[in-house]
Formats: sequence, C-alpha cells, structure tokens
Amino acid sequence: MSQFQEKTQITRIERFTEDIVRLTLDSADIASIAKPGQFVMIRTGNTKDPLLRRPFSISQTSNNKHFQILFKVVGRGTSLLAHCREGETLSVLGPLGNGFRINCKSRNCLIGGGMGIAPLLFLAKTMLRKCPNTPPLVVLGARNREELTSLVSDFAELGLSAHTATDDGSLGHHGLVTDVLKTLDLGTDCTTYVCGPHPMMTAVHLFSQGRNYDCQVSMETSMACGMGACLGCIVPVEKGGYSHACTDGPVFDAKELVWEVK
Amino acid sequence: MGSEITSVDLRVAIGSLNLRNPVMTASGTFGYAREFEPYVNLHRLGAVVVKGISLEPRAGNPSPRIVETSCGMLNAIGLENVGVERFISEKMESLQGLNVPVVVNILGDTLEEYREIAKRLADVEGIAGIEVNISCPNVKKGGVAFGTAPEMAAAVTAAVQESSSVPVIVKLSPNVTDITKIASAVEEGGADAVSLINTLIGMAIDYRSRRPQLANVIGGLSGPAIKPVALRMVYQVARAVSIPVIGVGGIESAEDIVEFMLAGATAVQIGTANFVNPRASEDAVEGLAQYVVEQKLGSIREIIGGLILS
Repeated sequence: MSQFQEKTQITRIERFTEDIVRLTLDSADIASIAKPGQFVMIRTGNTKDPLLRRPFSISQTSNNKHFQILFKVVGRGTSLLAHCREGETLSVLGPLGNGFRINCKSRNCLIGGGMGIAPLLFLAKTMLRKCPNTPPLVVLGARNREELTSLVSDFAELGLSAHTATDDGSLGHHGLVTDVLKTLDLGTDCTTYVCGPHPMMTAVHLFSQGRNYDCQVSMETSMACGMGACLGCIVPVEKGGYSHACTDGPVFDAKELVWEVK
Repeated sequence: MGSEITSVDLRVAIGSLNLRNPVMTASGTFGYAREFEPYVNLHRLGAVVVKGISLEPRAGNPSPRIVETSCGMLNAIGLENVGVERFISEKMESLQGLNVPVVVNILGDTLEEYREIAKRLADVEGIAGIEVNISCPNVKKGGVAFGTAPEMAAAVTAAVQESSSVPVIVKLSPNVTDITKIASAVEEGGADAVSLINTLIGMAIDYRSRRPQLANVIGGLSGPAIKPVALRMVYQVARAVSIPVIGVGGIESAEDIVEFMLAGATAVQIGTANFVNPRASEDAVEGLAQYVVEQKLGSIREIIGGLILS
C-alpha cells in the first residue's frame, strides 16, 4: 500500500459559489495511484491552530499528475483552504482508504448529494474507462441550482447526463434524489454507489435493499490521522462494534453498517 | 545526511532498557507501528509504544470520539483495543519483525486484571518494556482511580512488576492535586521509570446545539495546548524521584524534546503530532542529532536536567 506525505502546489482554484471551492493540486505520486473513493488528509495552514489535517475525497485526477478536491466552507480549516492562492503549497497525505469496487457486470447508478458528489466524478470517469459498454446512471442532489450547475457540467463533459434534484426546485426535481431514483429504469441487477448526507445515504440504502441491489456508501466522519492510529473515525457495524472509516472504509457495503431508520 | 550526524551519540537508558535515542511514540497515537511504515524508518526511533491493551477486547465509545480544540484535540476513544489474547496472536508477530524496541501499554479495571495482563505478556518474545496506564480518563470504571491515589498506584505498579520480566514504566495522570506524590508512590512500588503526562481531562460544547461535542461528554486533551503543563510536571517529578522520567505532552519537534530534557526528562514520547505529521518522530531524531552537533555536545545525555535557573 503506497501512501505519501508531500508538499503539493495549488495549480488552480475554482470558486463555484461563494463557499464552494475546487482546488487542483500537483502531485504525480498521489494522482497516479489514487482510486475513486479514496481520500487525502490536508493541512490547512502551517501553524498549530487549527492543528489537525482535514479529510477530503479525491474528486478527480488528470494525466497522472494532478488531483482535485471539492469542498464547501464549513469551518476554520475549510475557510483557510478557500483563501489559499494559486502557487501556494499544501502538505498532503494520501491516497488513503479503500475506494469503491467497480462492478462492470451490473448496471451502475451513482447517487451524490451536496459535496458528496465530489468522489463520484472520479468514479464515473474510471467506470467509463473500465466498463465502456455500461455507462453509469447519475443522480445528483443539492440545495439549489447554484450549488449543482458546475457539478452537472463536469458529468456532461464525460458524456453523462445527470438526473438532478434540488431542495428548492431551482434545478431538476423539486425534492429528494430518492424520488428521482424510483423513476429510473435500473433493471433487476444494479449497483448503487452513494455519497452524501447521512439521511440521503440511509434512504438510498433502503431503496437498494428493497430491490436487492448492492449498495456501496462512502462514509464521512471526523478523523485526526486518516491512517488507522487515532481510532476517531468509527462507523457502527451490523455484526457489533465499530469499523474505522479511514482504513476499513471510507467505502462500505451498506448492508454491513447499522442504519438508524426513523 | 552527513556521517557526522548519523554518528552522534543520542543513546539514553530507561532502567535496563537501552534506547538508541530518546524519541519514543506515545501509546494510542502510533497504532501498532506498521501503519506508519510508509512514512517513518521505524528502526531509527528510540522505541515505539503500542496502543493500550486490556485483558478483554473493548469496542470503545460511540461517535463522536474526537474534536479539535485550540492548538489541541480532545479524545474519548474509550480504550478500544483487541484484548491481550488477540494482541499476542495477531499483532506480536509483526511487531517482532521491527528493529526497534517495542513497549506494550497495558490497562485494567482491577489490580488482578493488571497482574493478569502482565503475566500473559511475560513470556512473549519481542517486548522490551511494559507501560502501565493508570491514568486514562475516559472509561468510567477505568484506571483513573489508580492514578489518583498514591497507595493504589503503588499497588498496581508492584503487581505488574512482580509478573513482569522487562522494565516497567508507569504512565501518570496529570489530573491530580500533586503529581509528585503519585510519582514517588510508584517509585516505591518498584517502577523502573515514569512517563508523564497523560491527557488532561477537558470538555467541548457546541453553543448552537447546546450539546457536548464528544459522545462521552468529557475527554482527554492533547497536543501543543498541554505542553506547558507537561513541562512543569516533568520538571517537578524529575526533582522528586530518582528513576528516569519520560516526558509526554504536546511534543512536536527536536526543540520541544530539548526543553523536556532540560526539565529533567531522560526520554520523551511524541503523541498527537504523529497525526499531523506522521514523520514527526523521525524528523525529531534528525533534529536532535543536529542539536548535539551544533551545541558541540559529547552526547544528548549531557542536557538531561540541565535547566539553568539563575
């Protein structure tokens, strides 16, 4: 298992909205071996405060040279990152975690909500290369059109027309991604790949379970190290006890996890 | 790196345990060491201390278990570990292959549990030392009672020492009125060394939700935020006991290590810094070697307790 800790240069900064930012980072080591669903841990500054790295899934790699992260400003760490400039360097650790398992034999449906869409672009790209005869269906949800537009066009560039749902109805279906999911022809053998807010992942898991589809979920938890040492990033598992999102995940077979169904 | 640096004398001794340098890793921050192989040349460290082991496996606390605070972090992992049997059968083989002394951290709810774990580890090859956790604040029934009462701390030390064939290090809790009393008690109980400090009990609240930020409500504070407290306690304990003191608490760099050694530490442990910079321990070894060369010291041992007070 190869992992690197290195200084990477920010080669491009794109601001999709006031608080949604995509950074392109220069790292051949990480970009050339990363798999969809894996993540990196990034130091957001050079001082002791904030102290810990922040986890980000890899949203895309290009030419085995660059990789991208997509994030929304939610706190001090992401705020610092959002204010970085092109040419600055960031300390990055990765790639970490297991990644998605691509199943070319079944139909594939990618379902993302909000920033959970980030790793799905990388997944879609890899799927198109690995299983060219079965392009995936894509369902994306967010709060509004503003948050979703650039992400939808990223998939369009790959030739994938994403189904969309927004909370305010400003783009696509007015409501939940699972509403959209129910209207799609997914056949009898489909694998769902999900990343997004917990209630959304719960709903997609239940939908998949009802149809006997395999469902892979990418879990987001807080973590200090990303490499199995701090034991902070636990996910409750069906067999009892916990798994660790950093080394056992972040992608899990949804059936193996405990879901609180209200 | 020049041969001048690699030949620098950084050796220190913790009782009969000889270390090639004073840099150890703190329990619970370095996994079972192999996790750090992509980043660290493990054989260049003084010693590694592996995750705390109890008699029976423990699942640990629910989530959230960690929260970042100013210049530090709070954790309430709840001593998650595989238990001593699985530790021996699953983890030891990989540890035996490392060219670095391995110290096993142990913890228990009762005196008998401590004794039993020490017994089971006594015949296991590849263990250079035992570190006794009498201070972990997270589990309600846990070791905190041992760490806060001198006579109980001494009793646990004696129980482990009796059953153990390797040096016994007792890790002290800072959550006490006078840490020097506990340190003296464990020295009398037969400890070969003390390590301090474990985490300081703290708390974080989310003012919006009005809820604690840890599922366990309270947790242990670590990181640079606690360094001044650790330094003060190491200074006081080093003057109170004659066994070696291992400094722990907010250490990130060679500069920090020098400060702890000046305060009286013979060796140190790097903890939370491993999460931020997995190479922190090896970087610190290199930094210490440079310090010895720059200061024209014969060995790093010359600075132990060398604080200039007037």
